Amino acid sequence: MMYKKKKVTLFIQCLVDTLYPEVAEAMVSVLEDLGLELDCPTEQTCCGQPAFNAGHQSEARSAAKKFIELFEDAEVIVSPSGSCVNMVKNHYPDLFSADSSMLERARAVAAKTFEFTEFLVDILKVENLDARFPAKVTYHDSCHLNHCLGIHLQPRKLLANIRELEFIEMKDSDKCCGFGGTFAVKYADISSAMLEEKVQNIVDSGATVVTGCDMSCLMNIQGMLSRTKAQVKVMHIAQLLSAK
Amino acid sequence: MELTTKAYKQTAKKAIADPILQSALAGLQSRLGPATASLYENLPEGPDLRAKAHAYRRKAVDNLDIMLVTLAGKIRENGGEVHFAATAKDAVDICLDIAEKNNVKHVVKGKSMVTEEIGLNRALMDKGIEVNETDLGEYIIQLAGEKPSHIVAPAVHKTRKEVGELFTEKLGTPYTDDPPTLTRDARQALRKKFMAADMGISGCNLACAETGHITTVSNEGNIRMATTLPRVHVAFMGMERIAANLEEHQAILRLMSMGAAAQQIGGYVSYIGGPAAVDHADGPQAFHLVIVDNGRSRILADEEFREMLCCIRCGACLNVCPVYGKIGGHSYGSAYTGPVGAVVTPLLGGINEASHLCQGESLCGACRVACPLNLNLPRMLLALRAKLSEGDPRWNVKPKSRPEKMLFQVWSRINQNRKVYDILLKLGRLIQKIMPSSNHMIRRLPWPFSGWTQSRDMKPLAGKTFMELWKEHQGGRS
Ligand code: SF4
Repeated sequence: MMYKKKKVTLFIQCLVDTLYPEVAEAMVSVLEDLGLELDCPTEQTCCGQPAFNAGHQSEARSAAKKFIELFEDAEVIVSPSGSCVNMVKNHYPDLFSADSSMLERARAVAAKTFEFTEFLVDILKVENLDARFPAKVTYHDSCHLNHCLGIHLQPRKLLANIRELEFIEMKDSDKCCGFGGTFAVKYADISSAMLEEKVQNIVDSGATVVTGCDMSCLMNIQGMLSRTKAQVKVMHIAQLLSAK
Repeated sequence: MELTTKAYKQTAKKAIADPILQSALAGLQSRLGPATASLYENLPEGPDLRAKAHAYRRKAVDNLDIMLVTLAGKIRENGGEVHFAATAKDAVDICLDIAEKNNVKHVVKGKSMVTEEIGLNRALMDKGIEVNETDLGEYIIQLAGEKPSHIVAPAVHKTRKEVGELFTEKLGTPYTDDPPTLTRDARQALRKKFMAADMGISGCNLACAETGHITTVSNEGNIRMATTLPRVHVAFMGMERIAANLEEHQAILRLMSMGAAAQQIGGYVSYIGGPAAVDHADGPQAFHLVIVDNGRSRILADEEFREMLCCIRCGACLNVCPVYGKIGGHSYGSAYTGPVGAVVTPLLGGINEASHLCQGESLCGACRVACPLNLNLPRMLLALRAKLSEGDPRWNVKPKSRPEKMLFQVWSRINQNRKVYDILLKLGRLIQKIMPSSNHMIRRLPWPFSGWTQSRDMKPLAGKTFMELWKEHQGGRS
């Protein structure tokens, strides 16, 4: 295993840090069980994605600068959130295209940042974590993870190896859940219509748990599942992988 | 049509509430999206063809001046006339002038988006000229007095029943909702129009500089008739629709057919190079090509958006866009709908004026995967949003939404300092206690987040952040 001896630095999405700390704890327990040494810069806040997506590039740039300063000494950076990894990997370099020294630093950080399931499957070459989770589970492909990072098979491989887990593919699993950051608030009607379709597909699948690799989308989905009192639980993939 | 945020939201809301439209959109997307994707996977040349085609388009756009001069020279050699129109008005005036000189009373048209963009039909009708769209979908919406709602399926929002009633009312045919019968009724009505017309108008799907021809594609053969039966043929092309040579032209055309309708190639493909002549009897007596700029030079001049001129308006992005799939084409309020419209309409019509289009998208990236040319529409949407945030005199953009900008400025300050961030989180935990909640979820958030709780509950802040837990975890261990 290539990174076995390297120290893994945790990049925790702000939503996970403040709303779903149990997700980060689950990821920590998976990584520790693999014998990895972990590190976490506790000064980290938001990577700047909401500002960037809303067009506020100078605000996003200051968030990016802080992130780069905090993480540039890391050996490898791992995050439980696809859209934040996409931000660092694909948009940080864009933000500094006019500043060659920052650009170089942004590229260096981007090159060593990985999404959690990508890190497990593609880098560590681990697909079976000896987890057990007896439930019917369906998976939502988050857009940035799937369309921008091409991470689609990795989570499915990991789920396939969880004992007693029955995997059910929902209809249009790769269709957007309608979150889109401020889009969900500014264009609430359109966003809600998209989410309704997603929630319907989840319920129709017959699964009792919906999982994914990005708490942003899962928070959005959970919001409507809760409002409509649907009997489906929302769990991050790390929580399933750490279950014994 | 109105181009405002309010109109966008209202039309979108109406579209979402219309079950017939919703099922039409869902049907269209589930049919075409996956079919197109599977064609891309099985390209005989391999998946590289899409990247190559992107490069061909890029080369044509980068050398547009030379390409257009070559095309124009060849067409003139063949006896055709070429006109360059800087603005929509110029383009319309050129056409009106040709109509007047040729004493034109009746026009038949093949589907063309650029004439929709410049508002040609209205101008011709105002001069007392009868204009008939001849593409079945376009004909239907023209009879209904509506606008196209999809780039290649303009009448997708209409049901068979509605079309049947429309035909009975406007054509006097007995009511039916049987598609073959409806098509026959339309064909009979249109035959008379074709025979009577003295001018045919078409768009141009792609021109070829090397050979000096323009190409039109349809599935009904109507464009072929509109361009050959009348005395005069006037073709309109956006100035970017050109390929350098036949080989590149052929690759792009095939990808266009795949993107548009999941076909290997459109049903009727015509190569048109000029009017009829002694050695080739087919064709009209006069052929005019109007090459339209109408804001495209400005796009060409900006490296950030030049990529948009590579677009071939195939509509593949519409067939996968989850926003288009809910709100339908009319909500975009312009000739160009869906993700392509969200980028092109602001660029052509004003970024401030169409700010809702670039902001009313979820940035999911499905359009990028579906585009036969791999155009990065999300990147351009982000670039447009950046202009709206900070303003840009080159594009006459005034900063939009000062309050939002200020909110993000404050956010940025807080985000820089974990101590302040933590204090505010503590405050948040106190405030959330007084918010209406049930079952451990918040039921209602205050402005500016109230849109969220319109249809969803909100997870409250956790008692401790992960960073706090981490510090404890580290403390316990050492
Ligand atoms: S952006 Fe791509 S998919 Fe959309 S119309 Fe243009 S070429 Fe077709």
